[in-house]
Amino acid sequence: MKNIPLLFLNVVVIATCGLIYELLAATVSSYVLGDSVTQFSLIIGIYLFAMGVGSWLSGFLEKELARKFVEIELAVALIGGFSAPLLFLTFASVSYFGIILYSMVFIIGALVGLEIPLLMRILKDELDFKDLVSRVLALDYVGALVAALLFPIFLVPKLGLNRTSLLFGMLNAVVGLWGTWLLEPLIRRRLTVLRVKGFIVLVLLAIGFIKADSLTTMAEDGLFPDQIVYAKSSPYQRIVVTRGKLGHSLFLNGNLQFNSFDEYRYHEALVHPAFAAFEGEPRRVLVLGGGDGLAVREILKYPSVESVTLVDLDPLMTGLSKELPALAELNRNAMDDPRVEVINSDAFVWLDNVELPPFDIAIIDFPDPNNFALGKLYSTRFYRLLRARLQPEAAVVIQCTSPLYARKSFWSIIKTLEASGFTVKPFQTTVPSFGVWGYALAKMQPFERPAAPRTGVEFKFLTETSFTTLFDFPADMALPDEEIEINRLDNQALVRYYETEWRRFE
Amino acid sequence: MNLSRRELLMTFLGAPIALAACERSAPRAFPEGEIVGANWQLGHVLREGRSFEVAADKWQQVRVAIVGAGVAGLAAAWQMKRKGVNDFVVLELEKEAGGTSRSGEGSPVGFPWGAHYLPVPFRENAELIELLDEMSLIEGRSDEGDLIIKEQYLCREPEERVFYKGRWYPGLYLHVGESEADKRELAAFEEKMNAWVNWRDGSGRRAFVVPAALGSDDAEVAALDRISFGEWLRREGFTSERLFWYCDYACRDDYGLKLEETSAWAGLFYFCSRVRKSGDESQPFIAFPEGNGRFVRHMANQVAEQMRPSHAVVSIVPGDGGAEVVCLADGELRGFRCEKVIFASPVFTAPFVIRGFSEERPFDASAFHSNSWFVANLQMKDRPRSRFARDFPLAWDNVLYESPSLGYVNATHQKGIDYGPTVWTYYYPMCHEENGRTKLLNYDWRELAEVALTDIGRAHPEIWELTTRIDIMRWGHAMISPRTGFIWGGERQKAMQPYRNIHFAHTDLSGLALFEEAFFHGLRAAKDIYGDERKFAGR
Repeated sequence: MKNIPLLFLNVVVIATCGLIYELLAATVSSYVLGDSVTQFSLIIGIYLFAMGVGSWLSGFLEKELARKFVEIELAVALIGGFSAPLLFLTFASVSYFGIILYSMVFIIGALVGLEIPLLMRILKDELDFKDLVSRVLALDYVGALVAALLFPIFLVPKLGLNRTSLLFGMLNAVVGLWGTWLLEPLIRRRLTVLRVKGFIVLVLLAIGFIKADSLTTMAEDGLFPDQIVYAKSSPYQRIVVTRGKLGHSLFLNGNLQFNSFDEYRYHEALVHPAFAAFEGEPRRVLVLGGGDGLAVREILKYPSVESVTLVDLDPLMTGLSKELPALAELNRNAMDDPRVEVINSDAFVWLDNVELPPFDIAIIDFPDPNNFALGKLYSTRFYRLLRARLQPEAAVVIQCTSPLYARKSFWSIIKTLEASGFTVKPFQTTVPSFGVWGYALAKMQPFERPAAPRTGVEFKFLTETSFTTLFDFPADMALPDEEIEINRLDNQALVRYYETEWRRFE
Repeated sequence: MNLSRRELLMTFLGAPIALAACERSAPRAFPEGEIVGANWQLGHVLREGRSFEVAADKWQQVRVAIVGAGVAGLAAAWQMKRKGVNDFVVLELEKEAGGTSRSGEGSPVGFPWGAHYLPVPFRENAELIELLDEMSLIEGRSDEGDLIIKEQYLCREPEERVFYKGRWYPGLYLHVGESEADKRELAAFEEKMNAWVNWRDGSGRRAFVVPAALGSDDAEVAALDRISFGEWLRREGFTSERLFWYCDYACRDDYGLKLEETSAWAGLFYFCSRVRKSGDESQPFIAFPEGNGRFVRHMANQVAEQMRPSHAVVSIVPGDGGAEVVCLADGELRGFRCEKVIFASPVFTAPFVIRGFSEERPFDASAFHSNSWFVANLQMKDRPRSRFARDFPLAWDNVLYESPSLGYVNATHQKGIDYGPTVWTYYYPMCHEENGRTKLLNYDWRELAEVALTDIGRAHPEIWELTTRIDIMRWGHAMISPRTGFIWGGERQKAMQPYRNIHFAHTDLSGLALFEEAFFHGLRAAKDIYGDERKFAGR
């Protein structure tokens, strides 16, 4: 055989691919399951063990080694190549993700473990044993180094996990296909069938690679600064969770909802002023929107709370808050608390139809009013429906977008609340990942703004002094002189303000 | 692809749409459905002019018989009931009241079969306001005394969008791609309209106001009826294609007529009658998911006792002291001897049922032309997704620029339901067709469903999969046509006079098929019979 140096090149590629799959599996699992030490440790352990199993199994293969080598190559190409996309997809749709993950790692490991022993046996008649072992193993470790260097420096940042996976699958397939020529004298029978198989695998992966590029998930890789760990479309919205240096972020339709690094600032300001403004012991709390469960986490800090009714449109979102470990950890499993009832419904339609005893506190945490379907949730009609579900002394906080970036939008919401019969105390705070953010504290009768948050509750952000400054509005965020329209269903003035104001930053 | 489908689509949607649709030859899943409603077969029996013998024990005595439970008949009945008069019956051909304002019931919301909105009346329209008040639609009054309707009943934004060359744009007038000349013409058009809004005659009357009877009869105004709206636009120097489209759409939408057939008076009425003063917005719309079905249901509930559905009036014999009304109901003939008849059916039917009408010809009923429509209600399991991120979202009224249809109305819009199942109501006026009515009755459910789905499918290819059911109403005589010369031609003015003991009350008498006009004539007829309020009270 004259192609021995080329076969050694294959060893490098095989080794690189093998390690890449291992790294991919470990990275995906630590992204989606969290706890990277455990995940890396488990994946490496299982993978190496599976390689050992593969090596051992190679002893049972007797005939047609060259053909089997090629077939194994193609199998690795297919399974390894589609591993990352498959893991992301299954994570979004199944609960037994762990089983799939570890089985996949085991299968890939076993197949990779078969490769080198088989190749060595194919080459055993061409080289001395000592040369064979030294060269194959040396190149094997070189491949590992190449993979280890490429993976963090080039592949993950430039290609993302899915495309890396598919690309190395293609390399694997090329090795297999090429092998049908290099090892041609050893294969002989049904060579064409094998080549067709190899070609099909290569084409499938290439389609995956190209399609992946046009798939939204892939497109999102470019949109989001951090690695996507979860991406799925519900009938209502596109939900994306990313993980970066600062922690996890949640995006709905591409709009940031929180970053775990500073979300406590946002949610403490969203929830605690309502409790501070309520006189007596709040028992019944209504949350509209807020499917991430983070506002509920803050609400559950009050022992007097007997029930929390959370109305969020999207069952996928509220389910994710329960089941995505990163999210459940962040909201301290708030969604599993027996006091919490989750209702998946459009809050507008729900408020119009529901018959429930009145609520003491309402926390309203909708996405910003960037479309008409959301705009209705900030209208006089909506706030009047809300009033009808509150007890007369109830306190409400509403997230009102940024008074700095969208000043008219912010004040339009305040005006709309006033026009609906609420007394409103606007306030604002800084959430670094959002910028300056605005809220409305409202009650159905005149009230003094609360001086301090309730005692006995643990805060990461609020203090007595910082609490009073929330209600200060610097000149550039104060109520503008010009007339601000009230947002009604039949004018949707807010959506128009919002579009105009935020378009400046696009 | 068979030829007949192509012919069908050519007939209804025009060559470009038909050819594009026929290029896709793949068979599609076809939803279920049927032809519903209007009992035109029974209606046509009336034309035979037979004489009818009613058994002696099938006669009943009432003071007033109201023929027809459309908006006019219901308004007359509502008015009498309100004034304490109970001795009357309302005879309706169909199984239910409402006429072209009927609606269907469904989940998650009801849906219209015809008329689907009411512009907020001016403060002067006191009686219509009383109806709205009775229905608890009113929030209050502004400082100027204008009506404030509760927010949830006013049409929610976005009200309209238009589909043009593959994309949706906000509003009805197509701004995208307009030239400077187009902009100038639109501004000039608006200026003309403002001038007519501000116009007053010697007695201080507006040229165009709702109800139309309160507008001016000045010669300058009446002269507008002698030319078509298209002709008027040309005489005023307008040439902009999109302005012509906009005006044509307005004529098709409100009158079921093309621009060139519509009286210029009626065209201007559309643009001017609901604007209080120049520069104001047009009066906002009151809208319900089930359209004007809400109003007719309210009025029908008030007079449930007097309502006689499935009573086809086959003959009215006016006499010296009253009239005899004969109906076909439950397979037998029933008679009503009454002092007065309020004839609240389409005027063109008068000669077929009123004995002596054809001979004495109190007015020329054949001058009252009506046009035909078909309306399709699509039950949808979900709504189509936007095809482009920045496409204008689903509105209440969704208009297809290149289509002869009027587009579709989304029933869940007004309830704030923005996700999941809904009902779309597709409107198609037969105004581009010679003999549209005969043709309409010759097409079956599947053919008309094919037209509706193909047309909507241009904007939403997935409509075929999303539609679980499509029902179709063929309106043979949908509404009166304000063709050139009809409004001020004299016949409708004559018809406002009673003929012997028969008082005519129908929107036809205004020459415009509008809720407010029907309501006005119903009340007018009731008042003609009972005179002023004291007489009402005396009865």
